[in-house]
Amino acid sequence: MSAPALKITDLKKTYATGTVALKGVSLEIPQGDFFALLGPNGAGKTTIIGITTGLVNKTSGTIEVFGHNTDTETELAKMQIGLVGQEVNFNPFEKTLNIVVNQAGYYGIPRSVAIPRARKLLTDLGLGEKMDQNAMTLSGGMKRRLMIARALVNEPKFLILDEPTAGVDVELRRGMWDYLTGLSKSGLTILLTTHYLEEAEQLCKHVAIINKGQIVAMGTMEEVIATHHSGEPAKDGYRGGRLEEVFLKLTSDK
Amino acid sequence: MDAYGKWISFYTMLRKDIVRMFRIWVQTFLPSVITSCLYFLIFGTVLGSRIGEMQGVDYMSFVVPGLVMLAIVTNAYSNTSFSFFQSKFFFRGIDEILVSPTPPWLLIAGFISGGIVRGVLVGTLVLLISVFFTGLQLSLFNVGIIFIFALLTALVFALAGLVNGVYAKSLDGINIVPTFVLTPLVYLGGVFYSVHSLPEIAQYGTYINPIFYLINGFRYGFLGIADIALWISFAVLIGMIAALIAINWYLIRTGLGLKQ
Repeated sequence: MSAPALKITDLKKTYATGTVALKGVSLEIPQGDFFALLGPNGAGKTTIIGITTGLVNKTSGTIEVFGHNTDTETELAKMQIGLVGQEVNFNPFEKTLNIVVNQAGYYGIPRSVAIPRARKLLTDLGLGEKMDQNAMTLSGGMKRRLMIARALVNEPKFLILDEPTAGVDVELRRGMWDYLTGLSKSGLTILLTTHYLEEAEQLCKHVAIINKGQIVAMGTMEEVIATHHSGEPAKDGYRGGRLEEVFLKLTSDK
Repeated sequence: MDAYGKWISFYTMLRKDIVRMFRIWVQTFLPSVITSCLYFLIFGTVLGSRIGEMQGVDYMSFVVPGLVMLAIVTNAYSNTSFSFFQSKFFFRGIDEILVSPTPPWLLIAGFISGGIVRGVLVGTLVLLISVFFTGLQLSLFNVGIIFIFALLTALVFALAGLVNGVYAKSLDGINIVPTFVLTPLVYLGGVFYSVHSLPEIAQYGTYINPIFYLINGFRYGFLGIADIALWISFAVLIGMIAALIAINWYLIRTGLGLKQ
């Protein structure tokens, strides 16, 4: 049996400020899955991603990426991952193409391979005409797509998207999802965090909902909705989709 | 990542930093060149002619190694500290490396190599300018010693700059050390005078200044004269390198100041 793309066991994190961000999270993402990790702001989603990718130190617990322990086989684990972070984190004075090519370099990919690969990715993501321009000239949506190109340049088996469509208009969002769905169908495992729950409901096979540092629901999208959705029709006020109702039920303080 | 992949990662960091330093050459190369011209003009030409000789050589020849060393020290230090701070503080560009399989020791090597390149480049520029002021009379007693001390001094201060870059939480944080610590130590480390020309108590003060040993060894390479034995200078240099590598390794490996 093949190892899961991501296996997290009893992950705990307490920040230096004393904030307990994760209280023993365990989850598994099968290979080839499109997995949604949902939760309100401050629930611990970005902390999980930060620890998995090496940006945040954990307090305890273990993480394996395609069977490679991130503590003992750090390089092998990181080789599998591509990250699209929540915040724009590239030098805006760099040329768009160079940002992607440099990222390939950090993965040990020579420029002779990285340059054509970066050009293709940028073209596929609609940034072909912006390749030789400084990143500061890109719009918000273009910057997001640049980050996707950068995350894919090492040809990862596991792509992590931390709120990739925040602040992106509807048309661009749909284009991004079409592109990423195509990648998912080709076998890429995707972990998605988003506040657009209707998108997660449509795109993802599995879902985990985290609240206050603990997983409160996990399974296939249908299982989670079937288990937690009351099925009652709307009585008053605005009502969202089924996943949104489940989400609010599981994470609301009321 | 295999050895070739690690080389590519190192080359990527170095190339990126060299492109950056040449793109902003007015900030990276020009200040040291102008400052050195002023030093050579004032201390060498104007005052030097009145001072006469220092340790048996004319004053201009005496100050050249110290001024080259000053350029190496300040440029290697500020390049690494600023480059790392910029990468950490502005836009979190450091995350690009942290998420990659680039190991911590390679990250250290990548960042300090830019500092070494700039330190040695600016030092060479200052040396070329000194040739003009000394009227092509520059003494080169032992090129090998000059090269080794230049390279290792750039390494020491690139490593020190990285420690500063890791700890700094604001732009002030990377300017305080060069202004209030580094520059006084260089000036009091024997750039403009021999330690033997100082009162005895001041000599003891100089001996606890690590930069004194670097300038001493470097000057020996040019003039064949030294205030203390060359091996002591070399030992101090190696000791500083070892200590700073250990500090940097600890800081980057644990992610102190980098990871939450």
